[in-house]
Amino acid sequence: MDVILFGAFPYVALVIFLVGTIFRYKTGFKYSSLSSQLLEGKKLYSASVPFHIGIIVVFLAHLVGFIFPSFYTSFGGMSLVYLEIGGLIFAFLGLIGLVFLFIRRVTNDRVKMVTNKMDLLIEILLIAQFVVGILVAIELRWGSGWYASNMAPYLWSLFAFSPDVVAMAAMPLLLKLHVVGAFLIIFLIPFTRLVHFLVVPLHYITRPLQVVRWNWDRKTIRDPKTQWDDIKRPENN
Amino acid sequence: MDVRSQMSMVFHLDKCLGCHTCTVACKNIWTDRKGAEYMWFNNVETKPGTGYPTKWEDQDIYKGGWDRSSSGDISLKGAGKMKGLLNIFHNPNLPVIDDYYEPFTYKYLDLTESPQMDIQPTARPVSLITGKPIDIKMGPNWDDDLSGTPEHARKDPNLHNLSATEQEAMFQLEQIAFYYLPRICNHCLNPACVASCPSGAIYKRGEDGVVLIDQNVCRAWRMCVTACPYKKTYYNWSTGKSEKCLLCFPRIESGLAPACMHSCVGRIRYLGVLLYDADKIQSTASASDSSLIDEHMDIYLDPFDPRVIKAAQQNGVADSTIKAAQESPVYKFVKEWKIALPLHAEFRTLPNLFYVPPMLPVMASISENSKDLSTLNSKAKAWDDKWLYDTSIDEIFGSIDNMRMPLKYMANLFSNGDESLMADKLKKLMAVRVYRRHLTVGDISEAKSNAALSDCGLNPATAEAIYQMTSLAKFDDRFVIPAAHREEAIEMLESTSDVKGSTGFGFLDKPARGI
Repeated sequence: MDVILFGAFPYVALVIFLVGTIFRYKTGFKYSSLSSQLLEGKKLYSASVPFHIGIIVVFLAHLVGFIFPSFYTSFGGMSLVYLEIGGLIFAFLGLIGLVFLFIRRVTNDRVKMVTNKMDLLIEILLIAQFVVGILVAIELRWGSGWYASNMAPYLWSLFAFSPDVVAMAAMPLLLKLHVVGAFLIIFLIPFTRLVHFLVVPLHYITRPLQVVRWNWDRKTIRDPKTQWDDIKRPENN
Repeated sequence: MDVRSQMSMVFHLDKCLGCHTCTVACKNIWTDRKGAEYMWFNNVETKPGTGYPTKWEDQDIYKGGWDRSSSGDISLKGAGKMKGLLNIFHNPNLPVIDDYYEPFTYKYLDLTESPQMDIQPTARPVSLITGKPIDIKMGPNWDDDLSGTPEHARKDPNLHNLSATEQEAMFQLEQIAFYYLPRICNHCLNPACVASCPSGAIYKRGEDGVVLIDQNVCRAWRMCVTACPYKKTYYNWSTGKSEKCLLCFPRIESGLAPACMHSCVGRIRYLGVLLYDADKIQSTASASDSSLIDEHMDIYLDPFDPRVIKAAQQNGVADSTIKAAQESPVYKFVKEWKIALPLHAEFRTLPNLFYVPPMLPVMASISENSKDLSTLNSKAKAWDDKWLYDTSIDEIFGSIDNMRMPLKYMANLFSNGDESLMADKLKKLMAVRVYRRHLTVGDISEAKSNAALSDCGLNPATAEAIYQMTSLAKFDDRFVIPAAHREEAIEMLESTSDVKGSTGFGFLDKPARGI
């Protein structure tokens, strides 16, 4: 069982995630955050904003622990307590936002009309993942310490294609749940609206404000000296 | 000088009869779909009125368009790089569907399928979003013809600087007047929607300046809806993508007029090419309030100027496009005759849709005809009861200052608050009428007609040209559409025989909501 859950499933999830998101991107039209703010704006504020801030900070904290484990092991004493409290605050922020989002989604008549089964499934899964994660942080105290020393090596072993199933099998049940939940969510991303985090518009920061697209380079094509090979294919045609 | 061509438009408001044929033509082609029911790429508003979405002109509410700082830089009012990315999880300036209206239909089937009852069956209204019965509170064009009403006309944002007495005078029963304002996307030179789009989905087409939304790149960050001060980008709640007027580009590329213009019953719409200098966009959009409209008009270039023609050719503008620019009715209205103005220039998007302001409210005055009928010429008609639509007042331009639609109100819409500029346009239109009355009715002498014309810088030949273009222009005079030269693009890409028989423009995928 452990081999399936911690040796095979992560790879299945990652492959499906990669293939699925790329395939969906190729069809273009289906990448959208599917905002429902036009239908309901007020309740969305107290739900969407805390959820997004919470999940982004928590996700980045996990990522830092995975890439630079030594950063977290450097904490100790009171600084560790502050780190954990900070993490919990953002976790609760995300959870509360998510619960509000869920309530809004199932109670508002208009939002219900743009809700599909995948939206509900992924929201329930995310709520469960947040709850389990918060329980892990409270029950298995000083997670930021042992995450860096115990979990990061397991994750690294996945990427080295020699998953350390034995180490994972020895972990407490709560933590196992959290890990399986994480890969389940990764598995489902290409089938849900979560894909929109892959197209976060950070390039907007450096882009010139105005965008002009030419269907073809008419300057070049109308120059009699232009050779056939000089003409570049326009991107959007 | 970076010369580019721009498809631009003139709407002659005096000719608009408010029939909404344009709106229906557009609706049937483009927005008769789920999620787009509430969108009207073309709509006709009654002025004074609140419009659609309600009070769209009030940027204190909607935060659209550009703001000019005291140092002369412009930035987006409610979107932009900082504000856009910080508000991406929840856009505080986004209108909700109720600001437009909740789309509805009626359960017509109940009328025919109802069992026999003592009472008549009714067709109840149901929401097109939820499918549940609703009380209709708003609809498209809800304030049609309702000038003077407290709910609509008196809440017109353009009344903000009119004193209470002026407003009261305007809405006196005997004084009440209104006119229609048809609106489509302005395909601006400095489009706020394009600048606000975080994913870069909205773009201005280089060849003809049409502003489009790439549906494959739109990610529903919904900043364009906030940024467009004319509220002409709409969010499709079903597909999760924004949509907007596309100036019927598939029709333009085939040499046809856009559906709204083609179907226009009053023939108020003109479409043509303007050449402009793209290097001057930023400085023009940042011009001071007083010189904004002048600089906007200056950005359009004279298509007969050999230097402009040379620069255009060097820039790859086709000769057929330059020829179209020379024949463009828009160029005549905007640059030659200078009787058309942009709507709300103060939004600083440099719109390419110009309006010839309406005269009807100025002119209307019916009085017992005291004139000696012998002064009328053979073309004139004298009514038996001696009552006449009297335009032959002694002070020819006197009625402009006393018009039923206050000059200040008109200036708020079309000339950035500049009343003298507004009066200048109205005087020209009045002078053309005087000129025509001299010719057809004959109770105005030639000397008086010429004096009226020269008073506002016109001459009989120009007045005749304005009259011809306004009243008698045929289809090909009103719509001068250059060849799109799409064949060049196709030649570049692949053999034309590959393209032949394909499905056409746009998507082959059904626009389904993401999984």
